Formats: sequence, C-alpha cells, structure tokens
Amino acid sequence: MTARFAPGDRVRVRWAHPPGHIRTPYYVRGKTGVIERICGSFRNPEELAYARDGQPVRPLYRVHFDQGTLWPDDQGRANDGVEVEIFEHWLEPAGAAKEGGT
Amino acid sequence: MSDTGQHSHDHAPRPDQDGPLTYYQAMETAVRELLIEKGVVTAEEVRAAVEAMDARSPAQGARVVARAWSDPAFKARLLEDGSAACAELGIDMGPTHLVVVENGEKLHNVIVCTLCSCYPRFLIGLPPDWYKARAYRSRVVREPRAVLGEFGTEIPDDWEVRVHDSTADMRYMVLPRRPAGTEGWSEDQLAELVTRDCMIGVTLPKSP
Repeated sequence: MTARFAPGDRVRVRWAHPPGHIRTPYYVRGKTGVIERICGSFRNPEELAYARDGQPVRPLYRVHFDQGTLWPDDQGRANDGVEVEIFEHWLEPAGAAKEGGT
Repeated sequence: MSDTGQHSHDHAPRPDQDGPLTYYQAMETAVRELLIEKGVVTAEEVRAAVEAMDARSPAQGARVVARAWSDPAFKARLLEDGSAACAELGIDMGPTHLVVVENGEKLHNVIVCTLCSCYPRFLIGLPPDWYKARAYRSRVVREPRAVLGEFGTEIPDDWEVRVHDSTADMRYMVLPRRPAGTEGWSEDQLAELVTRDCMIGVTLPKSP
C-alpha cells in the first residue's frame, strides 16, 4: 500500500471518538505533529480486535509531537517531545481541518 | 537467615490464593484444556512456552547494547533494523518489529505504552509492575522529567527528553550512551553496566 505521507510532513490527528478498540491515544487526537518515519503497513487493529482479518493492511507512521503542542499549559520544556505510532486513516494533512480537542 | 535455616518474619504471611477463579482465569484454563484435549498443543508445549517466556531477561538486551557500543557497523544496522540486528546475535525477536532509539549528546529517550503494556519482551523479558501501572503510563507522557526525577534521573534543562509511546506494532529499546572511562573494555564487561531500566530509559547505565 502506498503511503500518503512522507517523513517531515505536518499532519493532524483526527478529532474523532469512534467506539471500539482504538489504538490512537486520546491525548494526541486533534493535535498536530510531524511524520518521523514510515513503519510499514500493518493489519488494522480496529478490525483485528473483533476477530476479523484486519485487511487491507494500512500504513503506520511514527509521528513526533512537541510537548507544548500536547499540553499547552506545559511551560519551559520547549525541546521535549513525544513520538506515537498512528495509522494513516487517523491522519490528515495539517491545515486541512479546524484545530480541535484543546 | 539464621544457621537453623529459618528466617525471622517482620511481615504477615502472604495469604493463600484460595478464592474462586476470576472470569479470565477460568477461561484460560478452559481454552488450554480444550486445546490439549483436541491435540492442538500438548501440555509439555504449553509448559515449555511459559518457561521460555520467563527465561528471557535483560541480559539479552545488555548484550545487544554492549555490541553496539563496541562495533559501529553493528550499531548502524541496529538503528536501521533492530530485529534483524538482534537476529545476528542469535536473539529471536519473534514477530516483534524492534525500533532502537539512541540517546545523544543532548537527547534522552524513554519508553512507555500508554494504552496497555507493550514492551520488547523478546529482548529484555517481562515488564516490571510499574511499567504496567496507570501512574507511569499516564504521567510519563505528561511530565516525563518529573517521572525521571523519581527514578533518580535528572536530565539537564537544555537537553531534549523524547518519550516513545508504543501504541501499535513497533516495540522500542533505548540505546544508552557508552559511559566514559570504559575505553578498551570487553563486551562482557560493558554488558555489566547495562540495566533493564536504562534500556527502558528511566535511568542511565551504571558508571564504571
């Protein structure tokens, strides 16, 4: 499967709260980060959790977030960051949607 | 411990676990017995799998770190593809996709799984209880420096602390920096400095 994003791209995590087994943590939803690397393509855990085959496989990325983006009240740690694995269907190009979830 | 082979108790005896099975304990027993009964697995295979799981220890990870400190070409391969590099040392990573994150001049890495307890078990054994605790999982992404401080690890203000949240198919190991004063050390000597916690990233390696 062709990856939609490349390392260095700015992306926003969808601000969405579907039910089920979701491996996109709440604390990054609606937040903007940068693609750190493409991990490969993997079966979709949201399907696997219900004993379905998880196909088609989906690109998985590591996304870097600045601490200050995740926790706006966090002061004095400008350099710090968090990197999280996120499946492609949870990402959209930064700027494509209104910032949410803060 | 006294010469008589007894030891004094300063704690109450741990209660026997005589309560009823929990839902999942009963389910595990039922499924295991069915699989054995139907000839899918044998009791010996189940026992051996548990033994192999318990036998994995941080010593394997320490060997990988010591090799990376000693052999720059190996380190490059380890950072490129962690699982393949471990296989070179005869360490079977199973289905695990290992990502090795290297501490730098002013960069400190630390690992967590905020959603559950994902951990590089094939490389460093079973995770410690605190790694699975909600307090660690929720706090280390929110206030990593405070959490590191509670482990006795103070990271200078002008360094970057980078937290890696294992949310999907990757597993992580921190490659710490080689301690000063270890020039000329053998890999076995170096491995002695590498602890489980420094491969999780909550501490630094031991000093020589």
